[in-house]
Amino acid sequence: MKDRVTYPVHIVFLILMLCSFISTSNAQIAQDDQIEQEKITFSTAVSKLKVRSLSAKGTAIEQLVQFDNPQKIVILQALVDGKLFEDRENGQIVIAEKKAEKFSIELAESGKNIGLVDNSVIKKIRINNRLRSKIRNIIAEIRLNSADPDQRLQAVKMLSKSINPASLKILKTLAETEKDSDVLDKLQLIFALDSLNSSDRTIRLKGIETLKQKTSLKAVNRLQALQEKNSEGQFIEPDAEIRKQAKSALVKIQSRLQFYHVTETIFFGLSLGAVLVLAAIGLAITFGVMGVINMAHGEMMMLGAYTTYVMQQIMPNHIALSLLLSIPAAFMVSGLVGIGIERGIIRHLYGRPLETLLATFGVSLVLQQAVRSIFSPLNRSVITPEFMSGSWQINDFLSLTWNRLYILVFCLLVFTFLLQILKRTRLGLEVRAVSQNRNMAKAMGIPTARVDAMTFGLGSGIAGVAGVALSQITNVGPNLGQSYIVDCFMVVVFGGVGNLWGTLVAGFSLGIANKVLEPFAGAVLAKILVLIFIILFIQKRPRGLFPQKGRAAES
Amino acid sequence: MKKFLRKTGLTSVLSALVLMTGTTAAVSAEETIKVGILHSLSGTMAISETTLKDTMLMLIAEQNKKGGLLGKKLEPVVVDPASNWPLFAEKARELITKEKVASIFGCWTSVSRKSVLPVIEELNSILFYPVQYEGEESSKNVFYTGAAPNQQAIPAINYLMNDIKVKRWVLAGTDYVYPRTTNKILEAYLKSKGVDAKDIMINYTPFGHSDWQSIVADIKKFGSAGKKTAVVSTINGDANIPFYKELGNQGISAEDIPVVAFSVGEEELSGMDTKPLVGHMAAWNYFMSEDSTKNVAFIKQWHAYTKDPKRVTNDPMEAHYIGFNMWVKAVEKAGTTESNAVQKAMIGIKFPNLTGGLAQMLPNHHLSKPVLIGEIQEDGQLFTVWQTNTLVKGDAWSDFLPESKPIIADWTAPINCGNYNTNTKKCSGQNY
Repeated sequence: MKDRVTYPVHIVFLILMLCSFISTSNAQIAQDDQIEQEKITFSTAVSKLKVRSLSAKGTAIEQLVQFDNPQKIVILQALVDGKLFEDRENGQIVIAEKKAEKFSIELAESGKNIGLVDNSVIKKIRINNRLRSKIRNIIAEIRLNSADPDQRLQAVKMLSKSINPASLKILKTLAETEKDSDVLDKLQLIFALDSLNSSDRTIRLKGIETLKQKTSLKAVNRLQALQEKNSEGQFIEPDAEIRKQAKSALVKIQSRLQFYHVTETIFFGLSLGAVLVLAAIGLAITFGVMGVINMAHGEMMMLGAYTTYVMQQIMPNHIALSLLLSIPAAFMVSGLVGIGIERGIIRHLYGRPLETLLATFGVSLVLQQAVRSIFSPLNRSVITPEFMSGSWQINDFLSLTWNRLYILVFCLLVFTFLLQILKRTRLGLEVRAVSQNRNMAKAMGIPTARVDAMTFGLGSGIAGVAGVALSQITNVGPNLGQSYIVDCFMVVVFGGVGNLWGTLVAGFSLGIANKVLEPFAGAVLAKILVLIFIILFIQKRPRGLFPQKGRAAES
Repeated sequence: MKKFLRKTGLTSVLSALVLMTGTTAAVSAEETIKVGILHSLSGTMAISETTLKDTMLMLIAEQNKKGGLLGKKLEPVVVDPASNWPLFAEKARELITKEKVASIFGCWTSVSRKSVLPVIEELNSILFYPVQYEGEESSKNVFYTGAAPNQQAIPAINYLMNDIKVKRWVLAGTDYVYPRTTNKILEAYLKSKGVDAKDIMINYTPFGHSDWQSIVADIKKFGSAGKKTAVVSTINGDANIPFYKELGNQGISAEDIPVVAFSVGEEELSGMDTKPLVGHMAAWNYFMSEDSTKNVAFIKQWHAYTKDPKRVTNDPMEAHYIGFNMWVKAVEKAGTTESNAVQKAMIGIKFPNLTGGLAQMLPNHHLSKPVLIGEIQEDGQLFTVWQTNTLVKGDAWSDFLPESKPIIADWTAPINCGNYNTNTKKCSGQNY
């Protein structure tokens, strides 16, 4: 019992000793520097960061690291995050955090808050990629001693990007004390990769044995490198046994890789499909159910996207909230514009598809130019909220991006919502009645004109909601709608006019087909192939995947 | 009385009419020099071209404030070719034959330039083309004030190769003439520098491509081979945002795989959420962030003219600035706006760049320019990380393509040809 208690104590003690050793050795170097040069205090080292030359900035960073001051890691992190500024008035280095239109600043060397200032008062300290990765490495080395295993894991990952003898040594000391399984797993991989460079054959074979278990792109590449031949056709790796082992390990990893690859392709396809379904589902109502060829459908999405932009301008400090509020707002804006178009133009043109097509095309041009005049022809920048950026890293081979996942879920929600409206509400009942037999519905006392307006409003509103989603993955500009209108019609026609399920299935299957074809056909050819397929398909089944049945379909 | 009133009323109207016609006659009697502005104000390209129209109007207004040109006022004639390529040719013809403009400033895409080219040559007018392009062309009637490939793409590659030590290359572009030609030149250049074919990945996507998932995943795989990898992007316009977003979301940072772009400038960045772009690079001949006194003054003037302190300036704007001022100088030198005289006078004209150095119009109708490489910052500006020590002379015909290696363009005697083969000593005319 007693042993178990003392064991961790030992380790803690060991770490403490190690830390103090590192810090004293750092302090030693710092002292040497101080003797050599003029006396550098922490604050002068900090203020040196503002030099313009990048190489001088690099030296300044190195000097700063020598100090044993906990504030240094805060400063370096701020520098990487672009939050380190120079005060134009007194030349002080400050860390600034954006608060509404102003910046809340604190002194870099002490962390003391000194109030709010205007944007124009401070000047950003700029760095380039080389310095950025240098600082990240420094921070990672410091973070290796962190108590939080997540931070240690991030630090190990950062250091593993560029392994050199020095960083390897640091990682080996970490491995001696590390207990977190994720971190150990990562360390094991790094050591195994490194062991392949060893001159000892047994160590190398052992390394390959370890790599076999790992799901890592680096392992695959390293093992593949062992199979390569040079320009004279000879193997670069002279040891046949090593080559054989590497090959069998590679085969084993590849079989797992294959599985992940298929999963990834399906996810890519589904997420592309989700975008298509979202864009097309409003059209499935206006075109599918009402039979109106609405060329301005894309512009309804554009309006939705611009609504998101306006909402973000209104509440610049609550990006996530503004995005949520944009959904009903976009629905209202696009829906009202849709009702306006229906009442003003389309209702005079029922039964004249060609005129409707031309009129709505005209409307789409008017809307585009209106947006150009109001918001300028330039794209508007819509900020992606934090929770939608980045990806869910399952392993080295498979990571699902959050924005696509959210859009996939959102698409399914919108679809269910729409389905419920059409199935369970009075409006839905009336819409279905009018679309099946207008005259009979009228005779039964359904106000067809109002239903038409409401249906068109619903379809346009859903397009607006789709625009909110699109604002997160593509440009918000006057041409947003144009680029989706063809795809929308394609999905609706392929799925079968007047059938929401058809739109869903068509969208997802076109998405997956596109993504399966893309790797070997290229993006351009994949699109062409899908179009050719649809042309042929429509020849065979003019009513799409799920044609409407019964008497209503014949009329 | 009534009659008299009516009479006086009538005469006053009449006299007013006479007066008006008199004044209009007086206005038209005061001769102006017309300058044609041929930039799309509607359609897909309006996003980039509207700014250039505003730039031209500002430059012309400025010149008129200084007293005009040859004692006459300059009069801008703005037409809208609406991003419609054949319409560019039609509008160019209208500008030259109907409006009788002295020169035209315009076009953005290569296809619009190619569409205008026959008209400009047939009517022997002058076009100033302000955008970086793929080269392989030199017309007697066109002055290329944007960068040729050796003034943008090749220096960028050199920077990546020598300073960043890039060993593996992804050439990604939109599927049309500029990326195709540029990538052909770059591929040849990389191979001449000993890069293995399997270390080059070339990828084309359609215009406005918005689903980059699988391509970015491919780039990620390609870049994980243990060699430093970079993406050289000729991706055009609207496809850029989804591309950078996808890169950011899949966790590829500028430190892992930097992207250097030739079509992303301050104007494009102002419409993007720049977070995922920080650290990626762009190569141009001008950055708004350069703090030379000339540039600061230019930015100030632009803000005053647009009454918008947030408007950005960009590379093609500088190209128009240089082109317009060179044209003014050439007209002054020639003493006339007559096309042939101005064309002749243009060659050798010097004008200071906004970022420093003296741009010179070369005999091949291209400019000498500095090349800057900048990293994108969070505020949408580009921070110069590298620049050429001297000005780079624009090369119309790339030296890295075997078919165009022996060809030069020289619009001075005795060659006087845009497509002169130095081996056969023959001018093959304008067959581009």
